[in-house]
Amino acid sequence: MIVTKNLTRKFGDLTAVDGITLEVKDGEIFGFLGPNGAGKTTTMRMLCCLISKTSGEAQIAGYDIDDPEDSLKIRKIIGLLPENVGLYNDLSAYDNLDFYGKLYECPETQRKENIRHFLELMDLWDKRKVNVGSFSKGMKQKLAIARALIHDPQILFLDEPTANLDPEAAKKVRDFILQLKKEKNTTIFLNTHNLDEAQRVCDKIGIFNTHLLASGTPEELEESVWGEKTIIQVETVSEGIIEALNKLSLLNMVVDNNKITIDVSNGEEENPIIVNAIIEAGGKVQYVNRLSPTLEDAYLKFVRGLD
Amino acid sequence: MKFWKSWVIANKDFKIFRKKKRIIYSLIIIPLFISIGLPLVISTDKTMSTGDIMVFLNAFSFFYIILAYILPNTLSSYSIIGEKIEHSLEPLLATPLTDGELLFGKTIASFLPCVLMIYLGSVIFMFLTDLITYNNVGQIFLPNWNMAFILLCAVPLSSLLSIELNIIISSKVNDIRTANQLGIILFIPFIAMYMLLVSNIVSLNILNLFVISLALLILDIFFFFLSKTIFHRDKILTKWK
Ligand SMILES: Nc1ncnc2c1ncn2[C@@H]1O[C@H](COP(=O)(O)OP(=O)(O)OP(=O)(O)O)[C@@H](O)[C@H]1O
Ligand SMILES: [Mg+2]
Repeated sequence: MIVTKNLTRKFGDLTAVDGITLEVKDGEIFGFLGPNGAGKTTTMRMLCCLISKTSGEAQIAGYDIDDPEDSLKIRKIIGLLPENVGLYNDLSAYDNLDFYGKLYECPETQRKENIRHFLELMDLWDKRKVNVGSFSKGMKQKLAIARALIHDPQILFLDEPTANLDPEAAKKVRDFILQLKKEKNTTIFLNTHNLDEAQRVCDKIGIFNTHLLASGTPEELEESVWGEKTIIQVETVSEGIIEALNKLSLLNMVVDNNKITIDVSNGEEENPIIVNAIIEAGGKVQYVNRLSPTLEDAYLKFVRGLD
Repeated sequence: MKFWKSWVIANKDFKIFRKKKRIIYSLIIIPLFISIGLPLVISTDKTMSTGDIMVFLNAFSFFYIILAYILPNTLSSYSIIGEKIEHSLEPLLATPLTDGELLFGKTIASFLPCVLMIYLGSVIFMFLTDLITYNNVGQIFLPNWNMAFILLCAVPLSSLLSIELNIIISSKVNDIRTANQLGIILFIPFIAMYMLLVSNIVSLNILNLFVISLALLILDIFFFFLSKTIFHRDKILTKWK
C-alpha cells in the first residue's frame, strides 16, 4: 500500500511536487498521468527513498519513507524501473541481473531461476552473454524491467515502461503488468504519458501537474468531464427541426452542417423522443451515434484547467 | 553496514575494469615501468658513489608514496564517472544499499588493485635494486625500515587520499581526464619533497616518514568526512552534474 499526505518536494525556488495526497491499495495498478515536467519522476523518486521530501509524509507498506531503517525495508520490497534505464553497458545482460539479484539479497537458487525466467520472458535469454552496450533501446528497456522484477517485489514503480518499445513488445509488457497483478497481487505505480495504456491497465488514475488535479477510476474521470452525447446525422437540418428540438428543453445542442450533437443525461429514454421529434418535423435521420468522453478529454480538461 | 555488499559492488567494478584497456594498461604499466626504470637509472651511471646511491634509493623508495597517489586516479574517477555516464546510480540506490556501503565498495574497488600492483612492483624494485647495487653498497639495501614504513603505512594512506579526492572531484565533473588533472594538484607538495630527497637537501628517516604519514592520515580523515557528505543519495541524484 502506498499512502501519501501533502507530499512536497522543492528544488530551490521551484516546487516540483506540491502537496499530493493519494492512496494506492494493495494489488492496485495506479496510473500517474501528467505532462512533461509535471513532477512524476520526482514523486516516484521520493517514494522509492531516492531523494528526500521537503515536507508532508508518505508510507510504503506501512514504512515511513523518511526513516533510515524503514527506507532499507522499503527498498527491499519495491522494484524500480527508472526513467533512464541505467544498465552497465560493459557487463552482459546476465551479469547485470546477477549483480542486482545479489544486492537485493536473493538466495542463489532463486536468483538463477528468476534471471532465467525473466530473460526468457523478455526474449533476451539467447543474448544473455552479450554486453548490454550493443543492445537496442527497446532491448535495454526490457532488460531494465527484468531487473526491477528480479527479487519478486511486492510493489513495482515503473517510470514510462513502454516508452521505446515496439507495439508488440509494449503489448507484452502491458499484458505482463496485468498478469503480475493477477498472479502475485503486485501493487504497481505507473508513470506514463500514454493515455491508451493507462486506460487499458490501470485500476485508478491520478492526473497530475505539480498538484494532483483529479483521481479515480478511468470511468469516473471520463464521466467527470461531461455526461453522454448523442450525435444525429440528418439529410438536411431545417428550421423546423431546430424549433422542434428547442421545445424539448435539452441540456445543450450544437448544430454543425447536417450533424446535431446533443448532451443527454439518460440516452436510453431521451434518444427516442429526440429522434421522434426530428422525424415529425420532417427530418430524414441517417445515423444516430453515442459519444462518450475519453480519458484524453478528461486529461486535457484537467491539465489545461478548462471546465 | 553489510560489508559483503560493498564487496559485491567492488567485484562488479573489477569486472568492468577488466574490459577497459586504458585501466588495465595504467594499472600494469605504470608500476612496472617505475619499478624497473628506477633501478636501471642507478645501473646506467657507473660513476655514482655509494653515498649518492643511498640518496637515490631513499628518494626512489619515497617515490612509491607518489605512485600510490597517482595509480588510483584512473580507476576511481572511472568508477564514479562511469556510473554517472550510464545513469546507473539511480537503480543502484534503489536497492537496499546504504550510502556508506556504496562509498566503501567504490573505495575498495580502486584501493585493492592499486595497492596490490604497487606491492608487486615494489618487490620487483627491491629485487632489482639489490641485484644492481649489491657490489657497490656491499649489503642488501632493501627492504629496510624506511621502505617497510612506506609500503605498509604511507602507501595505503596515500592511495586512500587519492581515491577520496577523486570521488569528490568526480561528483562535480563528467570528464575523467579533468578529474585526474585536478587530483594531481594536491600532490605537488609530495613531489617537492621528492625533489628535496633526490637533491639530498632532506634525508629520509623514520621520523620524516612518520610526519608524512600523519599528514596523510589527517588529510584522509578530513576528506573522508567531506566525501561522506557528498555521497548522500539526495545529492547524488539531484546535485551531481
Ligand atoms: N535535480 C533537479 N534540480 C532542479 N530541478 C529539478 C531536478 N529534478 C527535477 N527538477 C524539476 O522538477 C520538475 C519536475 O520534474 P520531473 O522530472 O519530476 O518531471 P516528469 O513529470 O517526470 O516529466 P517527464 O514526463 O518529462 O519525465 C521539473 O520542472 C524539473 O525541471
Ligand atoms: Mg519523468
